Amino acid sequence: MSELVKKNASELVELLQSGEITSVELTHAFLDRIEKLNPVLNSYLHVNAKEALATAVEVDRKRAAGEKLPMLAGLPIAVKDNLTTTDAPTTAGSKILEGWIPQYDATVVKLLREEMMPILGKTNLDEFAMGSSTEFSAYGPSKNPWDTGRIPGGSGGGSSSAVAGFLAPVAIGSDTGGSIRFPAAVTGTVGTKPTYGAVSRYGLIALASSLDQIGPVSRNVLDAALLSDVISGYDKHDSTSLPESLGSMAEAAKSGSLKGVRVGVIKELNGEGFQPGVKARFNESLELMVKAGAEIVEVSCPSFEYAIAAYYLILPAEASSNLAKFDSVRFGMRVTPEGNPTIERVMAATREAGFGPEVKRRIILGTYALSSGYYDAYYGSAQKVRTLIQRDFDAAFEKADVLVSPTAPTTAFKFGEKLEDPLAMYLNDIATIPANLAGTPGMSIPNGLATEDDLPSGIQLLAPAREDKRLYAIGAALEALHEAVWGKRMIDFAPEVKAGA
Amino acid sequence: MAKAELMNYEQALEKFEVVIGLEVHVELNTNTKMFCGCRNDFGDEPNTNVCPICIGLPGSLPAVNRKAVESSIAIGLALGCEIAPNGRFSRKNYFYPDLAKNFQTSQYDEPIAFEGTIDIEVPSGAVYTVDIERAHMEEDAGKLTHVGGNTGRIQGAEYSLVDYNRAGVPLVEIVTKPVYGAGAEAPELAAAYVRSIREIVKALGVSDARMERGNVRCDANVSIRPHGQEKLGTRTETKNVNSLRSIERAVRYEIQRQAHIIANGGTITQETRHWHEDRGITSSGRPKSDADDYRYFPEPDLVPVQPSNELIEQIRASLPEKPAERRKRLQGEWQFSDLEFRDVVNSGLLDELEETVAKGAKPQAARKWWTGEIARLANAEGKDVADLAITPADVAELATLVESGKINDRIGREVLQAVLEGAGNPAKIVADRGLEVVSDDGALQAAIDEALAKQPDVLEKIREGKLQAAGAVIGAVMQAMKGQADAGRVRELIIERANA
Repeated sequence: MSELVKKNASELVELLQSGEITSVELTHAFLDRIEKLNPVLNSYLHVNAKEALATAVEVDRKRAAGEKLPMLAGLPIAVKDNLTTTDAPTTAGSKILEGWIPQYDATVVKLLREEMMPILGKTNLDEFAMGSSTEFSAYGPSKNPWDTGRIPGGSGGGSSSAVAGFLAPVAIGSDTGGSIRFPAAVTGTVGTKPTYGAVSRYGLIALASSLDQIGPVSRNVLDAALLSDVISGYDKHDSTSLPESLGSMAEAAKSGSLKGVRVGVIKELNGEGFQPGVKARFNESLELMVKAGAEIVEVSCPSFEYAIAAYYLILPAEASSNLAKFDSVRFGMRVTPEGNPTIERVMAATREAGFGPEVKRRIILGTYALSSGYYDAYYGSAQKVRTLIQRDFDAAFEKADVLVSPTAPTTAFKFGEKLEDPLAMYLNDIATIPANLAGTPGMSIPNGLATEDDLPSGIQLLAPAREDKRLYAIGAALEALHEAVWGKRMIDFAPEVKAGA
Repeated sequence: MAKAELMNYEQALEKFEVVIGLEVHVELNTNTKMFCGCRNDFGDEPNTNVCPICIGLPGSLPAVNRKAVESSIAIGLALGCEIAPNGRFSRKNYFYPDLAKNFQTSQYDEPIAFEGTIDIEVPSGAVYTVDIERAHMEEDAGKLTHVGGNTGRIQGAEYSLVDYNRAGVPLVEIVTKPVYGAGAEAPELAAAYVRSIREIVKALGVSDARMERGNVRCDANVSIRPHGQEKLGTRTETKNVNSLRSIERAVRYEIQRQAHIIANGGTITQETRHWHEDRGITSSGRPKSDADDYRYFPEPDLVPVQPSNELIEQIRASLPEKPAERRKRLQGEWQFSDLEFRDVVNSGLLDELEETVAKGAKPQAARKWWTGEIARLANAEGKDVADLAITPADVAELATLVESGKINDRIGREVLQAVLEGAGNPAKIVADRGLEVVSDDGALQAAIDEALAKQPDVLEKIREGKLQAAGAVIGAVMQAMKGQADAGRVRELIIERANA
């Protein structure tokens, strides 16, 4: 049983299709492990056992009856708790939404249901996805299965910790500045942020609308590709979703090669201030790729220097407006102060009690950045930086087919280490943010353990907009090289999580 | 909320120049709302035409209603505006419980239509050109009902109810540039402008355009400055004035109120004001400064609206005739004097008249019936002409009956009354009641004989040249014929008899 949960999703799909295992059996295996380890890892905020099993039963019935089923039917999945689900509470990691059961399913959730994937539950996140560690979740942090004293990355630490801890074979994440890729890097898993618009955002509780993108979280590249093929596509409910198909990522993952690929190393993200072990692993991967026939070219993206500054103006600005709807009038928490309060006082008291410190910090930042007299200097300038970053990418992709960098400067840090220093926390996303600003796709794959702490590091691949297939092709090829060197998957180096630890 | 002290209107205009600016919200009559698929029908049971999008549930996203964009382009073109090739939506951020998302999705620096003009004729016949600054798309808010207290306002209410059926209803806001130089006619110009906007959107078929239902709402900005002063005076914005008459009254009131204050050394507060129809006054609303900070920024959930030239030209080609051009054409076709034509326009009977003429009536006859007897009857009953049970086809038939001499004017009025009472159409009424004029000379001669027998000296008087003497005989004949005679023919026959 325990071996089953450790298999890659692609293998589990084959076992389901051949009838060697049933979906009920598989779903139970994950639910059992969740029951045992979720109290330790806090990956899930809500476990949807009954509904997941109902889906599993239905899949097994249909399969037994010889009915045609979707490709991933019966494969369980975890969903980040900022996607609306009609059969489970959706909190976005915030007290202000505690107990809220949405009236509609997010488009991605609807697609998962159509694919007949049992939804195991809703995974933890920093409140409204604001954070890099899940320490800002109103429901306590998730733990890193490699070391439960360390953060699993954020904001999607619930999904990364569930997938790395074998509490789910795959999961859904959302990435605004690295919330899929950073957790993947520090938990030894694979995380992809697709091209902006590749996946519908309808039903994703918005952090920053122009940056948010939903993507897959998995243990290997092919699994991510299979899931990506399920959740991608145009949605009339999301005006920013791309009308055209980007093709099959699964096919790209299966046909990957590094021969003749021009791999661009971004000068500005090549190690300064990076942990030595992270940097060493990164350089080893470059060598591996060269051996496999790739050509390394250096590219310069001078505007990346301003990426974090621009990001921390655009994100709070959009977030301050997106979060205005949390006012107690129509849904969620309501705090009524003493006396005969006005609506303004009810709104203020609710927001005071319902929002955590990081959310308040960003609402204030964003409100300020959009204020008349400051708009041009802050929001306006940030948008200009965004254009410059897009141009940097355009120029870089003239010279290279794919760009690479370490996903994050460090391995997983300890709880509390950066909590008092927002700027240090923000710097985790230095390598991931540019792709969000430019709307281009990025993927983090496991890149070996850093020698100094034996913790996972990640390598980030970046491709031009709409060229997500390149990430899967090249990512799968690099993954294969790594596994040949290591003799096994990187996740297999992870220590077993102890129940009740 | 006492009535403010006012300066006499003529005196105010002697001292001050009036500048007005008008913001008109037009509610579009699309089937669905601006950004979601809910029915655009806010008169329904409260909170039934709602969905995650228009009540702003977390995670929901807007999608633009294509029909609303086309309607907005049509309005822009009808106002002579340029259409933006790349219009953007923006968020206008403020907290209010009727605003589901606590921001209104509107347009800010890139409206769909801008820089237009429209000629407005006021009742005196003067024509003013009003420059249109912009026409932009936005969504309406929900409707609040304040319960408890006695004013129906939020102050003093015990609680408030919100109906989100109206949240997300598509609006086009049309904003004028400051309008100078209308002088004493500024109030009439304001009303005539709104009337024109109503006519236009009605003719375009993009709005039901009923002011009493709030389909067309007007905010009137008024400021005054001493003649010769360059700097504009401080303006007030009187909100939601919901009838043409009220617009005129509210503007006039503000001119007089502001004039009194300034003339007495006071200053005008920049604020919104409420119009009280019952008392004919405005009262202070909330202070409104130019620095009101709505923290506008481009709506990241929507892609820019980029209408193709093809679409714009297609809409342009399908525009109905502009009301002003139509009026010019009709006056020419009908050969009405300016006074006659203005009378028709001011009575709001242009549509009726045009249709009546189209059904075969002569223009002058159609005019006389509509602006004369029909308007009089409506007035007597305290109704709108439009509410009377008579159609242009009825009037055309009536006019034709009179024109052909089958009935005379007096009988015509009787027939009209019968039509209004629901007795059927004019031809039927004339036939049913045997009202047709007696044109049989034999019957008339007999009646003349009878009348002459009683007034034997009449023929002699006529022969002496006193033609007016015939009147008495005509009267007697008409009476004998119960009015169903052609008085002209009777007169001819009497004169023939005298000269025989």
